[in-house]
Amino acid sequence: MPKLSIDGKQLEVPEGETIIRAAKRVGISIPHYCWHPALPVAGNCRICMVEVEKQPKPQIACYTPVTDGMVVKTNSPKVLEVRRAVLEFLLVNHPLDCPVCDQAGECKLQDYYMDHGQYDSRLADMKVKKEKKAFAIGPTVMLDQERCILCTRCVRFTEHITHTHEFGVFNRGDHSVLDLYPGKKLDNNYSGNVVDICPVGALTDRDFRFKCRVWYLEKTRSICPGCSMGCNITVEWDKSRPHQFKHARVMRLKPRHNPDVNSYWMCDKGRYNYHFIDENRILEPQFKNDVMSWDKAIEVVADTIRPIIQANRADKIGVLASAQLTNEDLFLVRQLFKETGAQVDFRVPEKPGEGDEFLLKADRNPNTAGALKIIGTDVQAEEILKKARQGAFEVLYVFGADLVKLLGTEVVGEIAGKVKLFVYQGSNINETCLWAHLNLPSSVYAEKDGTLTNCQQKVQRLWPAFLPLGEAKADWEILSLISEKLGKPLGYKNSSAVFDALAKKVPGFAGMSYEKISDSGMVLS
Amino acid sequence: MLDYKDEWLLDMGGMMEKNLEQYYDPTSLYARLRLAQMKRAWKKENRRKLTLWERTYLPTLVSGVWLTSKHFFYNLMFHILHLFGLAKDVKAAVTYQYPEKPRPLSPRLRTRHRLTKRADGSPRCVACMMCETVCPARCIEITAAEHPDPNIEKYPAEFIIDLGKCVYCGFCVEVCPEDAIRMDTQRLDIAEYSREEMIYNKKRLMED
Repeated sequence: MPKLSIDGKQLEVPEGETIIRAAKRVGISIPHYCWHPALPVAGNCRICMVEVEKQPKPQIACYTPVTDGMVVKTNSPKVLEVRRAVLEFLLVNHPLDCPVCDQAGECKLQDYYMDHGQYDSRLADMKVKKEKKAFAIGPTVMLDQERCILCTRCVRFTEHITHTHEFGVFNRGDHSVLDLYPGKKLDNNYSGNVVDICPVGALTDRDFRFKCRVWYLEKTRSICPGCSMGCNITVEWDKSRPHQFKHARVMRLKPRHNPDVNSYWMCDKGRYNYHFIDENRILEPQFKNDVMSWDKAIEVVADTIRPIIQANRADKIGVLASAQLTNEDLFLVRQLFKETGAQVDFRVPEKPGEGDEFLLKADRNPNTAGALKIIGTDVQAEEILKKARQGAFEVLYVFGADLVKLLGTEVVGEIAGKVKLFVYQGSNINETCLWAHLNLPSSVYAEKDGTLTNCQQKVQRLWPAFLPLGEAKADWEILSLISEKLGKPLGYKNSSAVFDALAKKVPGFAGMSYEKISDSGMVLS
Repeated sequence: MLDYKDEWLLDMGGMMEKNLEQYYDPTSLYARLRLAQMKRAWKKENRRKLTLWERTYLPTLVSGVWLTSKHFFYNLMFHILHLFGLAKDVKAAVTYQYPEKPRPLSPRLRTRHRLTKRADGSPRCVACMMCETVCPARCIEITAAEHPDPNIEKYPAEFIIDLGKCVYCGFCVEVCPEDAIRMDTQRLDIAEYSREEMIYNKKRLMED
């Protein structure tokens, strides 16, 4: 274990660690472009130069291993001068199109120029221009070769993370350009990540292109609901400027670092799966195509359920929960329906998606593991649907599943005709809504405070970014209101109270709380 | 990173506490506004009763007539003196025949905005949103779109200034990296019959 000092701070790090990683441990950040913690070292941008005592020239921090007794200075006059010179060199041919560049505001060139550059341009000649300005290199990414500083992060990403080898640096000297290999297109399922790792605006997102300036964005930590992997993400949204991008609130999703789940990455399927948050939402409760107040809608449900429960015929209630719901929502389903004897299952017979070996899983529900623990598997969803078709149920309560898509219009029409009350509780309008007697608007994941359990049995936290659209409410809140109307209130004030009750009742969640889960998540016991 | 943008709505209890803190802090805006409000209320309650002499309105009438005639005779005297070429350094009031003859304005005066054009007549604006960001009145709304020419890349599909909200601070002109917006139309008399008409779109802003 070599001991060294960085800017006067003493530390001990494992053998073979590089200076930049060691400095990170003590909270010193050394400027870097080409170095990325999840990629192999390239050492070509030279901005991370630091002064090492007894060495005549400054060394690159990203590739110099620490040795015992090393004394590193990251802010000496010599280092600052080198940094400035390197920055000037990198910016020689960089176009000054920050006003039209989507990266502006989160660009490392801008940041380091303000921190370490601040020089006047000494360039007398015209900047070297490339053949083409911005052009699409695949369904998700735009490339602007003039803005590229040739850090090769994207090249290494496609080489070592996705193994798809699309990118390369061609030609030499100031003719060198970043480009795709001939005949290739960047259309693998992880292509969006090259936009995240690009420190400048050379690779930008086509989906996010010109939608919004990044400094307007608010960021909320969340979990991707796209598959059972549960990648950690940040929801980036802006409510203050509704004229941009069709009144939508969410502008983009970005991966959030979690070493145990998704590292720094997320897949494109998840990344562009956010339009449903603002589009096509159910905004208020609807009873037989008439808008209804929440109070009345809840009354309709309670009035139908109450006599059934009182007559001890709770098995006449069929509930199709969903693994899209959070643990809190599912716990309320369990308390309100399962514990009174209703037929509850969450495994709606869906067509499984296609998974891959990296992040995307075939199971497209983010909370299957949690639902297994909370709801259990004693009833089959297919059986519930079969019984509903035979007319064995008086109430069918569906959470978010598009039955028309799964079973076809005729079957759902038949079911709707046979049950007394067909409740659809979901966030978005689909064809099932047309058949349901009562539609209850629920909030989407970005509006929820809750937890999801991923395929690694990890319970992970979601934070609400904004209030629900229209009159939508969180699923647990709706169920809690129904329980109040039924005369046996469950009495939860917020989702944290629900989770505390859940932790006490459901084995596996024992000892968990929102504080303990926090950013990194907790594994089910 | 702000996680609870709507925390104050979600958590009413917390909101009360925050307001109480503000209330007890005498330097806070809330406290100062509250103090001014209390002063006004006190003055209204403790207003002096008018005497009988004052209630005849004669003293105020006379002082009003006195003030008007003072200005009238003052200006009359100096205009006559100016006719004879005397006392030219003393200024006398002039009436402009507005709106037939508008008052001359300084070329530096910040007047209604316009969007400048390229040689081909398209707007110079590249929709960088600098003006929208800096605008303290939040009266600018730009919708960006992809320009067919990749060397321009970005252009405003719509550019809206709500002149009903604008405070004419000129920050948008100051901040523009492309010299695409100017406040030199020399138009100050902006009046419309509805609030909607006060909202100027790209077409209207490029007319002059």
